Amino acid sequence: MIKGAVLGLGKMGLSHASIVAAQKDVELVAVCDTSSVVLSGFRKFSNISTYSDYKKMLDKENLDFVVVATPTKLHYPMVKYALEKGLHVFCEKPFMLRIEQGEEIIQLANQKRVANQVGFHNHFIGTFRELKRLLSAGVLGELVHFSGEAYGPVVTKEKGGTWRSNSEEGGGCLYDYASHVINLLQEVIDRPVKIHGSLLKSIYSKGVEDAVYSLMELQSGLTGTLLVNWSDETYRKMSTSLTVQGKKGKIVCDATEIKIYLKEASVKEGLGKGWTIKYITDLAIPVEFYLRGEEYSAQIEYFVKCIRENMQVEQNSFEEGHYTDTVIEMITNSTK
Amino acid sequence: MFGDNQFFAVNHSSDEKSRAQSIRFKDDEAIIRVLDQSIETGINTFMCTTHDRIANICKHIVDNPGSYQGFKIFPCMPYAHKYANAVTELGIMGTIKQYVPGNFFSTFAKGSVAFLGKDFVKLIQILIDAEMKMFKGIETPVIFIQNVLVDLILGLKMYDVFSEYHEYIKKTYNAEPGYITMNMPALYDVLEAQGISNPVICSSINKIGFRMSGGKEIYEKYLNEKEFRPIAMQVLAAGALRPKEAIEYLGQFPRIESVLFGASSKSHIEETKELIEANL
Repeated sequence: MIKGAVLGLGKMGLSHASIVAAQKDVELVAVCDTSSVVLSGFRKFSNISTYSDYKKMLDKENLDFVVVATPTKLHYPMVKYALEKGLHVFCEKPFMLRIEQGEEIIQLANQKRVANQVGFHNHFIGTFRELKRLLSAGVLGELVHFSGEAYGPVVTKEKGGTWRSNSEEGGGCLYDYASHVINLLQEVIDRPVKIHGSLLKSIYSKGVEDAVYSLMELQSGLTGTLLVNWSDETYRKMSTSLTVQGKKGKIVCDATEIKIYLKEASVKEGLGKGWTIKYITDLAIPVEFYLRGEEYSAQIEYFVKCIRENMQVEQNSFEEGHYTDTVIEMITNSTK
Repeated sequence: MFGDNQFFAVNHSSDEKSRAQSIRFKDDEAIIRVLDQSIETGINTFMCTTHDRIANICKHIVDNPGSYQGFKIFPCMPYAHKYANAVTELGIMGTIKQYVPGNFFSTFAKGSVAFLGKDFVKLIQILIDAEMKMFKGIETPVIFIQNVLVDLILGLKMYDVFSEYHEYIKKTYNAEPGYITMNMPALYDVLEAQGISNPVICSSINKIGFRMSGGKEIYEKYLNEKEFRPIAMQVLAAGALRPKEAIEYLGQFPRIESVLFGASSKSHIEETKELIEANL
């Protein structure tokens, strides 16, 4: 039996706790949060131990892994403490607030030889995997442009007051929303290495941006745009998409479908000339337990598998999360 | 049973179709028109989320009793995105404060009183009452909890929450508690162990195993062998299946009592209804 704990019981933490507890041969032994309301729910309805002090929890419980889903500014001390205890760590995105912290944590994780993963769940969505595969197979020929986009209705009124409205704590659209798109771009197409200019716009928030528009250049020299806005209530929920244009065609991909346009048929891929649309119904990764989307379960199943088989994670490692932090910093610097 | 996803831009296979639906059903009148068409074809049960706009639809139904005799709503609570977006913006305490009516919470927020387990049960009841308010004056013989909440509780193994819910719905609303889930076999086992017999469980049931966690085989085994009242949803697997083959597949499971489906035009409603009646 593999024993785990969840640190931080907000929206992501609660969902991780449920998915972790539902895994076969995994026991969720403890949770930690500062909210007495949430902890009282756990005490009333479960046998899971509750803590409000993470150090006490990590000192006292005999754990194999911990899921860290606290506000971003707390990732560094908590992940560090867990790694020093030799635990496998799954950390929510974005990874760290400061580049030096990320470097130190990666070094420590490598030293301890533990599984380390960041919660960029889009990589566990079948459509984006298919996009990555098709790009690697070169179906679009030489690439000419990309656009990474995300829109959603998070901040649609002028108010605020949580850590998400403070950029020093990892709040704002760049950390919260845009990080998903940057990470997708970076792993599906190529790593951004240069920012040619960015606009960070506040719409309703004070102190943080609600939209990020950026011109980026990737390692391969390919250029494109990052367009992200979390104050767009024409979207019912977060909607993330990648568009890639090549000399042989174009692909538009989101979490529900991948639309492929080819100037000439690809016999090898079984794709005809013109549009081909593939749906998530055929591409979803099957999971044993479902909550909110296959991707959330699939990423935890993968993390647990890596622990069980003593494997290093190949998807969403701390190093990949750290690179996203680096790009976030590049974007911030480009506006100064 | 007629569902409401199409009215609120919920489409599991295409964000683009979802946007088109959101434009088509911008006005409440457009929703009411399609709802009336479903009634004309003889479907008198509407299963819907506790979305803000449903309140307007409910008001129309209550204001026009003559047109809606025998019409029933099966509410599904909560409308999760409302809370999820609020949690991102306001935190869990902030969200509870925003949605829990009255001053129930201010005492705890001030920290003067400890929040106890029994208060948690009370909190669940207050939230149910708040969500049920919009259905006052309408028959609601079955009241569902949404899959996101059912499956969250299922994963956390907080099984007594189901019993508390079950009892409260029966006692306060004189209605049958229903459960929507993406993990039907696991949920069935838990409800049975909690002493909840012959439960109403709504889950994905389709020929390609879409959103049937654990696999199609175990779902089929439970549909054949266990005693519960299954409602089939996502029968078209978000559009991956043609209606005819999708409904024919359901025909092999005599226990399936109802099929939940959504459609935006009268011809689609009629076609699906005929298929269901011919096969089930």
